[in-house]
Amino acid sequence: MKRQTSLRAFVIAGLLVAVALATLVSPWANSNPDGLERVAMDEGFAGQATDHALASGPAADYQIGVSSGEAWGTAAAGLVGVAVTFCVGAGLVAMARRRRSSHTRRSDAMVP
Amino acid sequence: MHVPDGFIDGPTSLAAAAVAAGAVTVALRRAGSTLDDRVVPLAGLVSAFVFALQMLNFPVAGGTSGHLLGGALAAILVGPALAIVVMTVVLGVQALVFADGGLSALGVNIVLMGLVAVAVGHGVFTILVRVLPVGQRQIVAASAIAAWTSVVVASIAFSVIFSFGGTVEIPMATLTGAMVGVHVLVGVGEAIITAMTVAAIVAVRPDLIHAGSTRTAQVSPAVSSR
Repeated sequence: MKRQTSLRAFVIAGLLVAVALATLVSPWANSNPDGLERVAMDEGFAGQATDHALASGPAADYQIGVSSGEAWGTAAAGLVGVAVTFCVGAGLVAMARRRRSSHTRRSDAMVP
Repeated sequence: MHVPDGFIDGPTSLAAAAVAAGAVTVALRRAGSTLDDRVVPLAGLVSAFVFALQMLNFPVAGGTSGHLLGGALAAILVGPALAIVVMTVVLGVQALVFADGGLSALGVNIVLMGLVAVAVGHGVFTILVRVLPVGQRQIVAASAIAAWTSVVVASIAFSVIFSFGGTVEIPMATLTGAMVGVHVLVGVGEAIITAMTVAAIVAVRPDLIHAGSTRTAQVSPAVSSR
């Protein structure tokens, strides 16, 4: 019977894989239009798309710190994205649980 | 499949945002009442993982690319409620930090990739796991089929939303045909990536596969006794 991987090891290993994918692999991702963009072009409504309000933001289009299309900029964006999504995801659920437990504390106390 | 600003009209975008907000509120409340302490790090991990995988566009036919949506994968890993939260986090960060997916279209994108893909992925996976004989290989096969179906149904859902609230008029049949035509191929990539991820997790921690948890839990002893 093999020893089970601990949750901590699992989460750290998973995050390392995510960081590797987002920094080392993502710069070489295919840059062709995606399925929806392709259909929008073929069916003639691609031009309806308007500029994103944050299109000139510091991390727009998955580029951070360098001019558009450079691998380093994509890798930096990947690293930032993985860190931010992890923190927001875990943080949001932690907050939801805390609020929940403070709501239920009183009713819990009535249970002998 | 990130819908940009300008594709969907105001009222429809607003309606989608209301639906998304309602669903996310319910999902967060459900996630908050879970007694299992593991949900916090797992929500973070699955958010980060789906974000990373969404950056990896793979080629599909004819100068077109596709990337993982991740709704089915998230539902299989952490269950539908937490998956809705995870997908909303990913789509929100993409729209607000990386200018990917329109701000006005955030509700539409959450509906498509957070609600439709999660619901379909969860539903198909749960049914298949219940129908198929218990085993690791069956769980992997079920997740592949669930992933493929989630992408195709999400592409149909886009077509339906666009034919009601699109800023140009395109016959629903034409648009649906075009969307499904591309996304049956994108779905193959989704199926492969989802199956590979689920296979890797089933091999080390089968108890961390959530959906149909009573069924997948039965796989655990078989795994550890090997």
